[in-house]
Amino acid sequence: MIVAIILLLVAVGSVLFHIYSPWWWTPIATNWRYIDDTINITFWITGAVFFAVIAFMAYCVFRFHHKEGRQAHYNPENKKLEWWLSIGTAVGVGAMLAPGLFVWHQFVTVPANAAEIEVMGQQWQWSFRLPGKDGRMGTTDVRHVSAENPMGLNRDDPHGQDDVVIESGEMHLPVGKPVKVLLRSVDVLHDFYVPEFRAKMDMVPGMVTYFWMTPIRTGTFDVLCAELCGAAHAQMRAKVIVEEEAEYQAWLEQQKTFAELSGRSAVTRATYRSGGK
Amino acid sequence: MSAIVLFMAVIAVIVGWWLSQQRLTAKPWLEEGSIDDFPGTGAMTVPAAKLGLGVFLAVATSLFALFISAYSMRMDMVDWRALPVPALLWFNTGVLVLSSVAMQWAYVSVQRNNMDGVIVGICAGGASAIIFLIGQLLAWRQLSAAGYFVASNPANSFFYMITAVHGLHLMGGLAALGRTTAKVWRGAEMPQLRLSVELCVIYWHFLLLVWLVVLGLLTGWTDDFVNICRRLLS
Amino acid sequence: MVDVPYEATVDVPPAEVPEVELYHPKSWWTQYVFSQDAKVIAIQYSLTATAIGLVALVLSWMMRLQLGFPGTFSFIDASQYLQFITMHGMIMVIYLLTALFLGGFGNYLIPLMVGARDMVFPYVNMLSYWVYLLAVIVLASTFFVPGGPTGAGWTLYPPQAILSGTPGQDWGIILMLSSLILFIIGFTMGGLNYVVTVLQARTRGMTLMRLPLTVWGIFTATIMALLAFPALFVASVMMLFDRLLGTSFFMPALVEMGQQMKYGGGSPILFQHLFWFFGHPEVYIVALPAFGIVSDLISTHARKNIFGYRMMVWAIVAIGALSFIVWAHHMYVSGMHPTFGFFFATTTLIIAIPTAIKVYNWVLTLWRGDIHLTVPMLFALGFIITFVNGGLTGLFLGNVVVDVPLSDTMFVVAHFHMVMGVAPIMVVLGAIYHWYPKVTGRMLDDWMGKFHFWVTFLGAYLIFFPMHYLGLLGVPRRYHEIGEAAFITPSVHTLNAFMSVVALIVGLAQIVFLFNLVWSYFKGRPSGGNPWRATTLEWQTPETPPGHGNWGKELPVVYRWAYDYSVPGAKEDFIPQNQPPARRALQGATP
Repeated sequence: MIVAIILLLVAVGSVLFHIYSPWWWTPIATNWRYIDDTINITFWITGAVFFAVIAFMAYCVFRFHHKEGRQAHYNPENKKLEWWLSIGTAVGVGAMLAPGLFVWHQFVTVPANAAEIEVMGQQWQWSFRLPGKDGRMGTTDVRHVSAENPMGLNRDDPHGQDDVVIESGEMHLPVGKPVKVLLRSVDVLHDFYVPEFRAKMDMVPGMVTYFWMTPIRTGTFDVLCAELCGAAHAQMRAKVIVEEEAEYQAWLEQQKTFAELSGRSAVTRATYRSGGK
Repeated sequence: MSAIVLFMAVIAVIVGWWLSQQRLTAKPWLEEGSIDDFPGTGAMTVPAAKLGLGVFLAVATSLFALFISAYSMRMDMVDWRALPVPALLWFNTGVLVLSSVAMQWAYVSVQRNNMDGVIVGICAGGASAIIFLIGQLLAWRQLSAAGYFVASNPANSFFYMITAVHGLHLMGGLAALGRTTAKVWRGAEMPQLRLSVELCVIYWHFLLLVWLVVLGLLTGWTDDFVNICRRLLS
Repeated sequence: MVDVPYEATVDVPPAEVPEVELYHPKSWWTQYVFSQDAKVIAIQYSLTATAIGLVALVLSWMMRLQLGFPGTFSFIDASQYLQFITMHGMIMVIYLLTALFLGGFGNYLIPLMVGARDMVFPYVNMLSYWVYLLAVIVLASTFFVPGGPTGAGWTLYPPQAILSGTPGQDWGIILMLSSLILFIIGFTMGGLNYVVTVLQARTRGMTLMRLPLTVWGIFTATIMALLAFPALFVASVMMLFDRLLGTSFFMPALVEMGQQMKYGGGSPILFQHLFWFFGHPEVYIVALPAFGIVSDLISTHARKNIFGYRMMVWAIVAIGALSFIVWAHHMYVSGMHPTFGFFFATTTLIIAIPTAIKVYNWVLTLWRGDIHLTVPMLFALGFIITFVNGGLTGLFLGNVVVDVPLSDTMFVVAHFHMVMGVAPIMVVLGAIYHWYPKVTGRMLDDWMGKFHFWVTFLGAYLIFFPMHYLGLLGVPRRYHEIGEAAFITPSVHTLNAFMSVVALIVGLAQIVFLFNLVWSYFKGRPSGGNPWRATTLEWQTPETPPGHGNWGKELPVVYRWAYDYSVPGAKEDFIPQNQPPARRALQGATP
């Protein structure tokens, strides 16, 4: 009896905890509300199954626990019941999978008008890069990385000269415009993680990964690293500030380009070489 | 990962086929009392050692299939520079084939109760396997003398690693063959010997097969083969 | 189908395969230390696994102390925290659970349950244990080498695992990889035994469909392990090459602390593929034996046949097969090609169906049963709750787009602790209470057992259920402290402190269990041969504990399946598998 009650309390308690939990996802800041919706669908379906199974179990314990003279019912199987349960499960699984795949399709389909920005992770800090006036980002290579050129931009690439390089650990984004976030690392795996954005992706040295999103509200958001990257993993922080277009442009004006940062001589050399070709 | 997935599919087919013989749809609660009523559903009558070897070969194949998977995935990266295949490898391959032939000879002899043939077969098989191993070491030395070190390119790394793993397997086989030889030495009777020789022979053929696949991979034939298959399919 | 009355089946025709000569120990050393008896090896495996598991338990305390009260304990810093999580995870998954289920329970139960005298290759079986012990010693030695154990996380992802930003990049990682390689070699030796014993040494009448589900679970898990562990082997060897010889299998061109490294061109994702090709089957390598054992516990203690035995068997086989094509669901945010997400999400969610069937059949076995709330039964009930909980959260993480926000958060930590930490441990503990009488001839103390169960079950649930919600909030995993962030409210710290306190209590409750094990060995109530009145063969041995060779002169002959409980018309509520049919039974059953 007492066992059955405790089992039932576990089920009821879990549901109540879910309803009254003060820990819930952060208010969303991008277009990925569909992800939250999919999670909600999943919560409803799995929650119902969880409660049903545990409550049924508690009832069995309550109703059929050992008493003098009780004999268990002999019932090797019930094909029909098992098939119905399987089909029911398959339907439930389908109800979670279908929206999931649908949203995944959106997630991996980057809209054509998405502006590209680049985030680079290294132990243990973030740097950012925006395409300059020409709208294109220059090529990079880990082999170019040095103290003066921490993001490893190619000095000989004319597209890279006007790229805006941000190393202050504070990135700004205009609200309402889709962005494709290109992700890069120069040492180990990192993961650009802003809880409010919902989207995230690992940064893998040797390749460029990406995700896309559209910020839908202004605010300041914490950037964390979500892929273990060594001793100071937990301290790898930055901030993303989503703001209105005008403020964003004002901020952008103040940022330095790669050419400005790496000094006159480099620019001259680059111009000379690209002119030579 | 296609090599390993393919191998898993093969294993799944074998397991599935075997399970389909085991009356998995029977209702066991209705079959009270029967023993031996359904031939083939009891314990296997194959000797345990042979069955054990079969399972071990599946494990070893899984291992090599994974190496091959890793190889083919790494090969697609830009820094891959194929390795020149030393001519010595062809000689080694020939020796390993001879080794397998000799072992097969031992197997045939054991079936025919011909003790001399067994002794000749396993000695020749063992000796040529040792020559193969020495030849592999020489091939390593030739390559490193020519500047193809382990770390200078992934193709080299794979070559050294896979040949080393294959060589280690062969050395394990030699240990087993040594035990069989010791049995012959101590004057064991033919029936006691039969199983040991048979197991060694199976293992030898397996390692020859693995070597041929590895060689095909290292020389790039496998790529051509895969390409032809792809073309045929498309 | 069974219309022929069996009257004279007691005359058993002679067997086709003659029995193999049994190895006989000659001295105390070969009887108890370098023993070739599967039962002794099983106990050696279990004790070693428990010992190293206790180390992992203490490590989890350290982690919880740090998380619950960050900054309070000066002896735990960020590097050590990472070393603790790495060793805790690796020990628990591989050196405790895998070794205990397959090396411990597998060795003890397979020969007894299939009616064999021993494993088919006793010598190799013995070697298997000693290589395992060596692997454990090498692993434990990393605590004492310069630099300490590796802090790369149990997934050991390169490049990080072998670079200097990670603690233990010298000896720690090298010894860890070596230990894994040894473990795999040792396991392969044991695994060959378990598989071949089930295939070849089953006693007369023991068809596959008469095997207890415990054997089915362990058997399938062993086959999977034999095929999957090579992937870890390959990954470990390649990473050792990268670390020691400077090859670039997994290492791209990179800059480490401002220093250009010699590596170039390798793919970290290649490692992840290899690792998870092993890693996902590994989840089921731990789960399937638990599934099998819990089925037998429920059936025995509810005095009822397991409901839908055939479906249970098919589900085990289906899960085993499917688990090889879902590995990349651990890599949804790894940067692999996004179209893989569609395939792997689908296969992953399909695997939920056979798993759900198993759950239904467990609870349906309880329906109209005669449920004895013994300690093993309580643990089985605890398993069902934690497994259902953890399995359902798996549906979140398996569904690719839902995984995107949740991956690498505490949600994942809570999920896998619930589903492959707490749930299998519930089964392990229940199984120990169940089979301890067979191993020692004495019962474990009931009162201590119940206390142990309630503290462990409710405590573990209180730790890991709320933890999901921290992950939902966005708290990342593998952080030694959350630090400053706008979305972290003070209540998060309160919850963390609460979980830590509960973790300490749950850990302490295990002392009661250990005391019970020792105390009952000397003072426990003598159990007799079959205290639970169970049908399976291990309870029918002539001696308890079973002697060397298990069965005395004659091997048992099996006449029925493993679940003849409460058969209508039978004198008792159980009929042992080796009891010949007296007359026609089975009035109630419809063919």
